[in-house]
Amino acid sequence: MKSLEELRELRAELEKEISARNSEGKPKIIIGMGTCGIAAGARDILQAVTQELRKRNLDVITTQTGCIGMCEQEPLMDVQLPGQDRITYGKITAKDVERIVVEHLINGNVVAELAVARLEEGGV
Amino acid sequence: MRELSLHILDIAQNSIAASASIIEIYIDENSIQDRLTIRIADNGRGIPQHQLAQVMDPFFTSRKTRGVGLGLALFAQAAKGAEGELLIDSNVGTGTTVTATFRYSHIDRAPLGDLAGTLLGVIMLNPEVEVVYQHTCLERTLCIDTREIKSELGSIAINHPAVMNWLEGFVREGIDDLYGGE
Repeated sequence: MKSLEELRELRAELEKEISARNSEGKPKIIIGMGTCGIAAGARDILQAVTQELRKRNLDVITTQTGCIGMCEQEPLMDVQLPGQDRITYGKITAKDVERIVVEHLINGNVVAELAVARLEEGGV
Repeated sequence: MRELSLHILDIAQNSIAASASIIEIYIDENSIQDRLTIRIADNGRGIPQHQLAQVMDPFFTSRKTRGVGLGLALFAQAAKGAEGELLIDSNVGTGTTVTATFRYSHIDRAPLGDLAGTLLGVIMLNPEVEVVYQHTCLERTLCIDTREIKSELGSIAINHPAVMNWLEGFVREGIDDLYGGE
């Protein structure tokens, strides 16, 4: 049984390693959570992202956006590395998430075949 | 939507868009009275009276960019299809409560689905929002309040991957216990 006692132990453990974490210059993952995104499977994508971050111990800001008018491309997930263009990936599956995390988020290479849009850094 | 838990996630997104700082999710599975009740209550900005009549219309939205808003209409349809209804109570400045009822055993009543996934998703994306989850199955009730969890965490973010991992186990075990569990 998961207990609050376990949570307290976890807190003590995390407090030791947390000093390096702050929100400046973090990469960002943005998931389309409008009705269209949710209907297309955004929750599974979010779960896959959560698992990847856990597995690889990544410090990333995970956030959401509503419907952006590309409903037919949902589920959508954007990746933005600090100072770089924001890339939108479309029609992705939970399986694609691992690839995008490894190739783009960690190694910095856009996964061109899954990308559907690019928003220039500093734009909109 | 294939699952009622996806509707809950969708309505919770409305609460987020309305700048809510507290979202309460109540689920009451009463198989004896053959009633399922789902309620999502927030303290967001609320819906103006003159718009309240329109929000169930799929061609109404408060968004400025595109003139459709399907979330509430779809949820209402899911309830109506299972001998239930959807009610919205909202006041500007105090918040919105959406209540959906269903005949529990109705053949067209969608399954609740992955409730844990919905709850964890809302917390993961909105660590600053307080979420209360209260789920009753006859005599058993599960109550989770992010404020209690955060009080144990101090400066550690609730959506830290390691904390989310703990929380997932905590939520899934809690829901399993409602249905008999160990």
